[in-house]
Amino acid sequence: MNQAHVDFVLRIADDSLILGHRLSEWCGHGPVLEEDIAMTNIALDLIGQATSLLSHAATLQGEGKTGDDLAFLRFDREYRNLLLVEQPNGDFGMTMMRQFLFDAYRTILFERLQSSSDEMIAAIAEKSLKETKYHLKHSSEWVIRLGDGTEESHARIQESLNTLWRYANELFYTDAVDDEMRNTGILPDLSDLRQQWENTVNHVFQEATLTIPTNNWKQEGGRKGMHSEHLGYILAEMQYMQRAYPNMEW
Amino acid sequence: MSSKEWPLWEVFIRSKQGLNHKHVGSLRAADAEMALENARDVYTRRSEGISIWVVESNNVFASDPSESQEFFEPADSKIYRHPTFYDVPDGISHM
Repeated sequence: MNQAHVDFVLRIADDSLILGHRLSEWCGHGPVLEEDIAMTNIALDLIGQATSLLSHAATLQGEGKTGDDLAFLRFDREYRNLLLVEQPNGDFGMTMMRQFLFDAYRTILFERLQSSSDEMIAAIAEKSLKETKYHLKHSSEWVIRLGDGTEESHARIQESLNTLWRYANELFYTDAVDDEMRNTGILPDLSDLRQQWENTVNHVFQEATLTIPTNNWKQEGGRKGMHSEHLGYILAEMQYMQRAYPNMEW
Repeated sequence: MSSKEWPLWEVFIRSKQGLNHKHVGSLRAADAEMALENARDVYTRRSEGISIWVVESNNVFASDPSESQEFFEPADSKIYRHPTFYDVPDGISHM
């Protein structure tokens, strides 16, 4: 087993899993019926990606575990998702801002991973890219609509940006795992990731008349398993059934 | 219904097999782009379509149900308008 390879897949998988779960919390609570369904669709896309990626990670691990084991029976320190995706939904604008910052990154990542030397990752990236492009279209249009909307919607989504901006830097986190993945061709070149991401983000914020916060305070740790207090609550809800009734199926 | 409600849109979907767009329902959206995306999310989740039209319901000019007698019933007695009185020659298939 190559630990870096497993970690690398887990990082992508956990982003999808945790953000998918967060979005699913909107189910039945959306601001309008149409948007409720839209967010649930996106949640299902993400959970679907997580399913494929986690079973791939389980195969790479070679310990006889399944994707479900990895989803439901790890402790919080073993999750590798970004801090951004575990942040609470807040209001609808906050959810859209979180989604937009993530989608803008994810689109570039999946575009590149299509040429990964790990054929399973390449195939998952190709399928997921189509979903993610739509997510980005949806979230960026909402950021523009709310930012360039009423005085109240503008103020509220600017506040969301101010709150979430500290987690954006982690999108570009790299360490020895990424170095090893690059050396083996599993991770294609991503040196212009930040530049590409900033192009998208700046363009959308300009249209949305939003201002990027100037304070430089950054939060990271998720990629190493150091999470905010929110992840524990997510896992408590997500894992309850498997913890209380081990091996239960339905 | 409050005046803040988004406008109503009619949704037409063309299925994989079909040549024409068919009316499938309606939804609310603030603008045409949002209507198209909502239609995608609400009406094509199970691969129902390959093309979507949305039309703001205000723009549909409809026949008046109270006029249905003079509008439609006169056609009912004109059975000769159906091409059912011709003998189809033997050599013609797909009729």
